[in-house]
Amino acid sequence: MSIEIRNITKTFAGYTALDSVNLTVASGDLVALLGPSGCGKTTLLRIIAGLEAPDSGSIILENRDTTNLSPKEKNVGFVFQHYALFRRLTVFENVAFGLRVLPARHRPSRSEIRDRVEHLLKLVQMEWALNRYPEQLSGGQRQRVALARALAVKPRVLLLDEPFSALDAKVRQELRRWLRKLHDEIHVTSIFVTHDQEEALELADRIVVINKGKIEQEGSPQQVYDHPANAFVYNFLGNVNVFHGRLTNGVVNLGAQTSNGEHPQKGETTGKAFVRPHEIGISRIRSNESDIAGTILEIRLMGGQIGLSVASEGFEHPIEAEIPRELFRNLQLERGTGVFITFNNIRIFSGDYEI
Amino acid sequence: MSRFQKLPRHILPGFGLSMGYAVFYLSAIVIVPLSTIFLNTLQMDAETFFSAVSAPRVLASYRLSMTTAFFAALFDALAGMLTAWVLVRYRFPGRKLLDSLVDLPFALPTAVAGICFATLYAPGGWLGVFFEKWNLPVINTPSGIVIALVFIGFPFVVRTIQPVLEELEPEVEESAYSLGANRWQTFRKILFPHLLPALLTGTTLAFARSLGEYGSVIFIAGNLPMKTEIAPLMIMSKLDQFDYAGASAVALVLLAMSFGMLLVLNSIQSWQQKEIR
Repeated sequence: MSIEIRNITKTFAGYTALDSVNLTVASGDLVALLGPSGCGKTTLLRIIAGLEAPDSGSIILENRDTTNLSPKEKNVGFVFQHYALFRRLTVFENVAFGLRVLPARHRPSRSEIRDRVEHLLKLVQMEWALNRYPEQLSGGQRQRVALARALAVKPRVLLLDEPFSALDAKVRQELRRWLRKLHDEIHVTSIFVTHDQEEALELADRIVVINKGKIEQEGSPQQVYDHPANAFVYNFLGNVNVFHGRLTNGVVNLGAQTSNGEHPQKGETTGKAFVRPHEIGISRIRSNESDIAGTILEIRLMGGQIGLSVASEGFEHPIEAEIPRELFRNLQLERGTGVFITFNNIRIFSGDYEI
Repeated sequence: MSRFQKLPRHILPGFGLSMGYAVFYLSAIVIVPLSTIFLNTLQMDAETFFSAVSAPRVLASYRLSMTTAFFAALFDALAGMLTAWVLVRYRFPGRKLLDSLVDLPFALPTAVAGICFATLYAPGGWLGVFFEKWNLPVINTPSGIVIALVFIGFPFVVRTIQPVLEELEPEVEESAYSLGANRWQTFRKILFPHLLPALLTGTTLAFARSLGEYGSVIFIAGNLPMKTEIAPLMIMSKLDQFDYAGASAVALVLLAMSFGMLLVLNSIQSWQQKEIR
C-alpha cells in the first residue's frame, strides 16, 4: 500500500509543526522519519493515522484520498511510544480487541479470532503470555504485544511512533533487529518516527530527515549518510567537528589542510567546515607536510572505539577524533602525548545553517 | 527474595509510637463514641429493641432513606462521571472555578444548602414555579429529598473518578479508535472498565453519606410521618422525647447499614484487584 503525502501543513497555536510537506512512500517500504524532538515528525505520523487533522493538504493511501477519514475508517495500525495497552484486558484480549469491535457481519467467528490472535502472538514471540495482563510484562514485551495488536486488523499501513525509545539500550537493539526481520516477513508498508540516527540507519529502507516542519532530505540510508544535502543532515546523522575557516574559491584551509573542493562558491569568504571524528587520522610521526600537530587532552572509552580530544595551536576548540581500539593500543597514547592529525574528509555546505 | 528479608522490617522509624497514636485516635474518635450506641441499646431487652426498630414509622423511614439515597447516588454516578470527564479532558476558561465549585457541598453547612433548596423549590420559588405548573411537587416529597442528597453526594463521585481519569493516557483511547472501535465501544470496553472501581467507590461513598444526611434534607422534606421522614430524623425525634434507648436502637440499625455498605465496597475492590493480578 503506497502512501502519498501532499502539501500537508499543520500549525499549533502560533507555531508551524509542518510546512507544506510532500512525501511518497512506496508499497512495502520501511521508512524512518528522523529529526530532533519538536520537528513535526510525530505530528506527520498522527496526521497519516487520522489522529490529527491537517490544516491543508491531503493524505492518499493507494490512490484513495483518506485525509478526512476517521482513524476507524483508515485501517491503519498505530504503535505508541508508551505502548498504550489496555490495562484491564489480558494480552489475548488486547490483541483480539480490533477484531471484536468489528461490525457483526465482518467479525470473524470465535475460533477464527482465537487462531488469528495465537498466530500473531507467535509471530511476536509472546504466545506464552496469552493470559497475562500488561502490568506483568516488561517494556519490550509490552511493545511486542502492542505491535501484534496493531497487526491484528490487517492494517494497510503500519505506523510506529518512537516505538523503542522507552526501552533500555540492549532491548532496543534487539527489538530493532527483530522488527526488521518481521518486516521482511510480512511486508506491510511501515513508517516509524525516531530521533535516533543509528536506529534509522540500521532499520529503514529509506530515511526522511525532518527539521522545523520541513523535509531536509530523503533517500536510502547510504545516500543520506554519504551525501548529506546540507549541514543540518550532516550534523544530525552523527558526531561532527565544526571549524571556522577562510574559504577561497570554495576551498577551505584548516591549518595546512584543504577540503576536496565540492563547494562551488567563488571568491574569498569565511565559512564552516565539518569533519566527522572517525574520519580523522592520528599518528605519532609526521607523515605529511600538512599534518597538524596536537596534544592529547582526554581519552574516552566508547566500546569498540576510543574517543580522543586533541588540543592544537590555531584551533579554538579541541578536535574530537575516534580511532579503533587496536590502533589506540599500538600507538600507546596517553594524556599529554604529542600526535599528528590528518583530516581525511572535510565538508563544506552553502547556506548559513547554525550549529 | 531472601536478600530482602534481611532488611529491617520497617524502613520508617518509630513504627511502635505512630501505630500507638493511630490506634489511640481511632479509638477516641471512632470506636468509643460508636460503642456508646451499643451500650445504650444493651439497656433494652430484645422485645423493646425490636419494637423500637420495627415500628411502622421507623420502617417507613428506613425505606425512604434507602430509596432516596439509592436514586441520589445513581444520579451522582452519572453526573459525577460526566463532570470528572469534562474537568480532566477539556481545557476551557473557568475550568479552575468549576473544579473548586465541585467541593462546595463539602464546605457548605448542610443546613444552608437545605434552606437554599427549600426557597428555590417552594411554591412561588424560582424553580418551584415551573414544578407547580407541571404539577410536580418537590417540596414535602421524596423527590425533594433526592434533590438535596444529589447535592450532598456529588463531590464524592467526582473526586474519586478524577485522579483515575487523569492517570489514563489519551493514547489508550486513540489506540482503541485506530483499531476500529467507535466511541461507544471505546467507552464500554476500555474506559468504563477502567473507571468502574473508582465509580463504585465514589457511588458507595455518596450513598453512605446520603443515608446519614440530615441538615439539608429536613428543610425540604416536610417531615410528614410515614411519608417524608428520613431515618436520621427518627433518631432526632426520639431524642426530643428523651427516648435515648430508642434513638440508639434506630442509630444501631443505620450504623449496621453503613458498615454493611463499606464492607460490600471493600470486597468489590479486593475482587477487582484480584482480577488484575
